[in-house]
Amino acid sequence: MTETAARPAALDEIKIGGIGASRKRVEDDRFIRGKGNYTDDITLPGMLHMEILRSPLPHARIRSIDASKAWDIPGVHLVLTGEMLATRNLAWMPTLSYDTQAVLATDKVRFQGQEVAAVIADDPYIAKDACEAIDVDYEPLPPIVNPEQAQAHDAPVIRDDKVGQANNVIYDWEVGDAQGTDRAFSQADVISRLELHYPRSHPSPIECCGSVADFNRATGKLTVYMTTQAPHIIRAAVAMVAELPEQMIRIVSPDIGGGFGNKVPIYPGYVVSILASILLERPVKWIEDKSGNLISTGFARDIYLKGEMALRADGKILGVRMHTDADHGAFFSDAQPSKFKIGLMHSTFAAYDIKYAHLTARGLYTNKAPGGVAYRCSFRVTEAMFFQERMIQAAADDLGMDQAEFRRMNFVADDDFPHRTPFGFLTDSGQYAKCLDIGLKAIDYQNFRKEQAEARQRGRLLGLGISTMTEPLGAGNSREYDILGIKMFDSADLKVHMTGKAILRTGARGQGQGHETTWAQIVAHELGIPAEDVTVEEGDTDTAPFGMGTYASRSTPVAGAAVAMVARKIRAKARKLAAHLLEVSEEDVEWELGRFYVASAPERGVTITECAMAAYSNMPDGMEPGLENTAYYDPPNLTWPFAVYIVTVEVDPETGVWDVLKTVAVDDCGVRINPMIVEGQIMGGLTEAYAMASMQFITFDADGNCVGSNYMDYMLPSAWETPGFELHSEVVTPCPHHPIGAKGIGECAAVGGPAAFVNAVMDALSGTGVRNIDMPLLPDRVWEALRTGRDVSGAPPVRTDS
Amino acid sequence: MTVVYDDLGDEAAESDVPVRRIKFSINGAKKVAEIEPRLLLAHLIRRGVGLTGTHMGCDTTNCGACTVLVDGTPIKSCTMLAVQVDGHEVTTVEGLASLSELHPLQEGFKQEHGLQCGFCTPGMMMAAKGLLDRNPDPTEEDVRWALSGNLCRCTGYQNIVKSVLWAAEKLRAEG
Repeated sequence: MTETAARPAALDEIKIGGIGASRKRVEDDRFIRGKGNYTDDITLPGMLHMEILRSPLPHARIRSIDASKAWDIPGVHLVLTGEMLATRNLAWMPTLSYDTQAVLATDKVRFQGQEVAAVIADDPYIAKDACEAIDVDYEPLPPIVNPEQAQAHDAPVIRDDKVGQANNVIYDWEVGDAQGTDRAFSQADVISRLELHYPRSHPSPIECCGSVADFNRATGKLTVYMTTQAPHIIRAAVAMVAELPEQMIRIVSPDIGGGFGNKVPIYPGYVVSILASILLERPVKWIEDKSGNLISTGFARDIYLKGEMALRADGKILGVRMHTDADHGAFFSDAQPSKFKIGLMHSTFAAYDIKYAHLTARGLYTNKAPGGVAYRCSFRVTEAMFFQERMIQAAADDLGMDQAEFRRMNFVADDDFPHRTPFGFLTDSGQYAKCLDIGLKAIDYQNFRKEQAEARQRGRLLGLGISTMTEPLGAGNSREYDILGIKMFDSADLKVHMTGKAILRTGARGQGQGHETTWAQIVAHELGIPAEDVTVEEGDTDTAPFGMGTYASRSTPVAGAAVAMVARKIRAKARKLAAHLLEVSEEDVEWELGRFYVASAPERGVTITECAMAAYSNMPDGMEPGLENTAYYDPPNLTWPFAVYIVTVEVDPETGVWDVLKTVAVDDCGVRINPMIVEGQIMGGLTEAYAMASMQFITFDADGNCVGSNYMDYMLPSAWETPGFELHSEVVTPCPHHPIGAKGIGECAAVGGPAAFVNAVMDALSGTGVRNIDMPLLPDRVWEALRTGRDVSGAPPVRTDS
Repeated sequence: MTVVYDDLGDEAAESDVPVRRIKFSINGAKKVAEIEPRLLLAHLIRRGVGLTGTHMGCDTTNCGACTVLVDGTPIKSCTMLAVQVDGHEVTTVEGLASLSELHPLQEGFKQEHGLQCGFCTPGMMMAAKGLLDRNPDPTEEDVRWALSGNLCRCTGYQNIVKSVLWAAEKLRAEG
């Protein structure tokens, strides 16, 4: 027991690295030394290497596969084909969207780059040589590269493996109030229409996917080191599919070189490497190359919009009607946790006070890579917000109204929360107009409009684009969100050692978000233990509590909440220990950061460190020793951060090249745990937004060839192209249901940003008659729009000179 | 040295893989290697020498995650053959810090939050070292141009540029 004459000074939360501290990152220490531990850095004794042979054709029947020459190459241990997998019932695997996906092709190949065979050898060079020695006899079939072709009356049925699948339609789905929306349209003064294509994109982390599978026959244990954002889901899936006992499966997600959604799904390469290790009883490493990653793994977007808005002459939005056609590729394997076929597309227009809306959605098979992923967003939220802000821009133009004013007058008001969105979501908090005003001031809106008008007189094309958005982040709650039936909760396990130092493990798995830094800050905030005394570990299913992983900006909303809750459990026990040490009843003990004290005598107190020591050395009779606990957190709702992004551009009328003049971002993500890290997330998101708007996309030619399957074709902006960003953090609306008031932030700028860039270019083209240019706004597309005065479609097949 | 091969029988094709012997230095240590002529430098560094800080991103010289210095000049080791460094000096990220002290670039990246997932970071720092070695007082534009062969998907580059300028200032102050 400690007694001091005077009450000690309160702890300074910022100094101990608590919430609000821009604490330098713990994980940096290994990365800046080149001592990260990524999957490809792992070497095990006796390890073999696997390479995959991929289909050169997008759609073809496999007549035969002759692998004999591959087997003859010295150093080759195993050659696997679909036929061999079929004998073990592993040629097909279930997808996360309740479809099936080929592991290695048996009957047909259905997209260019599909996995056809695998070679396991002493060395990756030998494995690659052996892949080239495999002779596959293909009978080409007509390829389908867009929904229109997929729905043609004479279209070949891509999924002829599925009983009862007579066409290429995967689903028809709808949500909203059809009759109410019809009524709203019948009362409209103006109906604004917009059609566009959100191009296929790829998250493309710099690190590709890979795995090191290690099956030990002696112990029966399977250990897999792999690039996954959700190791526990993988463990559950392997247990279910491979019928291995779950406690004998250990999934380790080591350092991940970027994820952005690409590393959520289960890919054939992982499955085959596991099977190969079981067959060979040796560790097997598979590391994808960039072409393999871009051509075959989880893409995003690729969706077509037909949108309509019912408008009153004074600017009030009466209703919204949308139809989307989604191109899912050859297998319906969206990695998304919602019960909604089109993900959270119907979160669209959540920031606007609109009564009636109706959405119909159709999903289609094509001869393209499968596996829609939520690329830096909750699933389909990026498209939802892009469609919303492009439609809003078109509607304001159709009404002849100011872009900012039209948004402001239709926003949900600050005192109108909780608010039911037109599609039934419940948003909880926000100060939308305030964020917009800060953004307009930062961009100097009125003066820019004057400057723009003057520039136009001299033939210069300036433009300003606004995008606002609130998006649902942090799947789930468990009522509506699950993966393979597993509810979307998350977890934290905190062990406070007797010296007051602690180790924290969560069910999330960061990929650059800085969890090792920020989770410790939450513990510091809740317990007063300095952040530097809290070690954070994630990614090993043998030690981490069961959780659903990191994507959909869910770590802070869900796992971060679990961290706060487990710390509170620890504090509750520490309070009992404090009462024991202070020899008073528990009700007489008060808490301040890092210290319990006697209510009537604040100078008498014990620190959390002293309570930790007592938990192991001086607990009261009957109390269980130790200071450890686990919390599972099932969020009551999604979190709804809000943001305003405003971009100004200048378009060169001679070339169609456009340059960003200024980018302003106003993000309200509630309480910021580590402002430095939050700003890093926003800048990263803005860069991906700029990339998608300006250059980054995957397309296909009429023969089904993938264009964008390597970094020479898949354009990503470098430091040279990427504009600077001005960030604003003035608006903080805490989430009312999150333990520390935080909302998701990792994805906001990538979700809301693209429309700001596109709207800016479209604004520069105002008066030309052009309503839409599909992303990316490549100079040749902008130039064509300027030259013809017509919309420019980016839908595949890509145009060729012939 | 012990090397054990599988006996594939007398009918098995004799391996006709040629082997070249090269001498080079890496982070100051002198090395001899016997390698296939087609071996990429990145693979010699990662698998041969066992230094895994040099990363493989794209295989096509675009992303720069594999950037190392050869005789002080930044090059992308995924598209340089290992035999080309015969007689030359290679410096990797592991050669930046001394036992007791970080290089100012390493400090700068931490101070200015110039990294997130960390995968591009070694290549970024090596490219930046190439710049600072020849231009100790670069402008923001100089830095952006010098790093334009290195891709980062996490940071948006703004903090990377700040990190390099932070290091440049510290290096100048140290003289």
